[in-house]
Amino acid sequence: MARRSLPILKQLLQRSSSESSSLLNPSIVGGGLLGTRYEPKRSVTYMPRPGDGTPRAVTLIPGDGIGPLVTGAVEQVMEAMHAPIYFEKFEVHGDMPKVPDEVMESIKKNKVCLKGGLATPVGGGVSSLNVELRKELDLFASLVNCFNLPGLATRHENVDIVVIRENTEGEYAGLEHEVVDGVVESLKVITKFCSERIAKYAFEYAYLNNRKKVTAVHKANIMKLADGLFLESCREVAKKYPGIQYNEIIVDNCCMQLVSKPEQFDVMVTPNLYGNLVANTAAGIAGGTGVMPGGNVGADHAIFEQGASAGNVGKIELVEQKKANPTALLLSSAMMLRHLQFPSFADRLECAVMRVVSEGKYRTKDLGGTSTTQEVVDAVIDVLA
Amino acid sequence: MASQVIRNAFRRQQISKSFVKNPNVTRILTSPFTTSSDSSSSSDDSSPPSFPITATLFPGDGIGPEIAESVKKVLTTADVPIEWEEHFVGHTVDPRTQSFLTWESLESVRRNKVGLKGPMATPIGKGHRSLNLTLRKELGLYANVRPCYSLPGYKTRYDDVNLVTIRENTEGEYSGLEHQVVRGVVESLKIITRQASLRVAEYAFLYAKTHGRKRVSAIHKANIMRKTDGLFLECCREVAKKYPEIVYEEVIIDNCCMMLVKNPALFDVLVMPNLYGDIISDLCAGLVGGLGLTPSCNIGEHGIALAEAVHGSAPDIAGMNMANPTALLLSAVMMLKHLKLTDKADMIHAAIIKTIADGKYRTADLGGSSSTTDFTKAICGNLNF
Repeated sequence: MARRSLPILKQLLQRSSSESSSLLNPSIVGGGLLGTRYEPKRSVTYMPRPGDGTPRAVTLIPGDGIGPLVTGAVEQVMEAMHAPIYFEKFEVHGDMPKVPDEVMESIKKNKVCLKGGLATPVGGGVSSLNVELRKELDLFASLVNCFNLPGLATRHENVDIVVIRENTEGEYAGLEHEVVDGVVESLKVITKFCSERIAKYAFEYAYLNNRKKVTAVHKANIMKLADGLFLESCREVAKKYPGIQYNEIIVDNCCMQLVSKPEQFDVMVTPNLYGNLVANTAAGIAGGTGVMPGGNVGADHAIFEQGASAGNVGKIELVEQKKANPTALLLSSAMMLRHLQFPSFADRLECAVMRVVSEGKYRTKDLGGTSTTQEVVDAVIDVLA
Repeated sequence: MASQVIRNAFRRQQISKSFVKNPNVTRILTSPFTTSSDSSSSSDDSSPPSFPITATLFPGDGIGPEIAESVKKVLTTADVPIEWEEHFVGHTVDPRTQSFLTWESLESVRRNKVGLKGPMATPIGKGHRSLNLTLRKELGLYANVRPCYSLPGYKTRYDDVNLVTIRENTEGEYSGLEHQVVRGVVESLKIITRQASLRVAEYAFLYAKTHGRKRVSAIHKANIMRKTDGLFLECCREVAKKYPEIVYEEVIIDNCCMMLVKNPALFDVLVMPNLYGDIISDLCAGLVGGLGLTPSCNIGEHGIALAEAVHGSAPDIAGMNMANPTALLLSAVMMLKHLKLTDKADMIHAAIIKTIADGKYRTADLGGSSSTTDFTKAICGNLNF
């Protein structure tokens, strides 16, 4: 590994330093306003093990719609930062019958993947590749972090919610059939095993991140057995974490509370479908799906992507005008850098993105600006430099 | 199916007896035999009903009787030609309905075709059905209609909401079919039928047409649940073809959540299966100030309309003259509109809006200090004949 990685590292550093001069062209970045060097104030008392600087391979799936645009943004930023990662890029599209074998192999080898959205065609006889990836790699937890970005005015304040969603079963089991003509049934499967492991992950996350409260979202008043089992599992795990407050909320009330008093929520743990809705609602109140980072994680692998709406790849105009918001995926890749144990790179990237957003000069349309993706990326790179 | 036939036959036998011994009914008006309940299955909605109208009233539990009193007072003051048949929830389970609601109560709604219902608290315990479920199933209430609009003068984070949610109410995730496959694995069935989907879609478009709405959005998750939600969409499309003047669109539920909290003005009429409807309608209620302000009406077979307040029974403030009757009042307005008493409905509606907008008499939940009776008096005072 070490012998092979040395030339890669050399190549990474060389390539970026030769190109960085053109990237830093002052005419692009617009004078000295952003030219001041920005350093995150974090006292890193981090002692890496020898060899931790080894560049890591990451599988990259640009995906559909705005995907190539925003993953391209990440590639540029990573290069500008001299981040010790390199991408193995694969073309995958939502209309493929299945994820190609070499992509699966690559993710299994690298353990980490960065992915743009994959469109899920409605009713086209093709199953969702997002779901296939999650199932195949057993990425049982989906995590979306929804928080107010400093300087970005939204209707709600003090939002800082982490939605942890069970990702492999429930309504997404894919078991459906037509009983008789005009009557279709779909199975929602809830297992003790999956409920328990997602509950454990949620409490572990809360514990590791100094979060105070975990809220389980359910509809057990109607689905007494299925959601009942989910709740039972959460309660059992909650007992093992006496320092973390635990409560339960019915999903419809949860959405109502989210739009009226979102500050009451901290970490939320949910079955599959509810998590999808709750995460999107929370993302919406905190500033939109264009800025919320997230990812899917299992015991062995992790896929980082735009937090909410993996299947939503944006409108065509957005792609044509190249005005997609790269913020979500940039913040996701900061999460990825931390996951790969490159904490200072993660900090730098996060700070740079936050600063560009808070300064408000370069914002895409969804945040009330007019900038293109590239303008935002250039601004971020400039802050990083 | 067979059980329904048996039950129908049983019902016919019961009708004649039921009026004789009837512990839970306070009959205010009329002989029970004036209207035949089962023969008029083909009801005629278009002609205004004969006067006075008899309507069933379930004051409900907790704050229910107080707010029902308020509604009665406002409607009397407004000189609405309506007579109430009051029914209360029983203290024992009626074996004919497997619920605390008696057969006579249900029969009353079937006969009158209109009803108004306050909040009901289902007692915890086994061996009976939830009260709302009983009403839904027995009366065939297939659509739940909730208009959500920002009340002028009552400030929330959203002031541009004006939409209607129409929810399929009889099947879907709430079929109640669940079982444990093996220990630790539970299945819950979601049922979608062509008949029920067509029925609700038909109602949604009809509602849009008669209420001058421009657009109907079908909310779904057909990218994951291809067959079930696919069937629902198919039915909506079929109906949409019959209404070329109304714009029809399809929105995926997670995206819908996000769009709703970012810009609720994007939506007009939303039609959806059961669970999504439950969540979205509560979310929308949250946008405009909570369930205390949102009316609701259930549409059933044979032209039955049961308007209801969807908030809880608030046992903690019951009997303290503090409750906010707005939701039940607005529901009563919906009921009057259904009865084609448009003038009266508009008059009462305007009085409610004016009272809240004035801000002088508001109940505690809206940040005021008025009692229920004062608030009611203020509304009566604002009635503009």
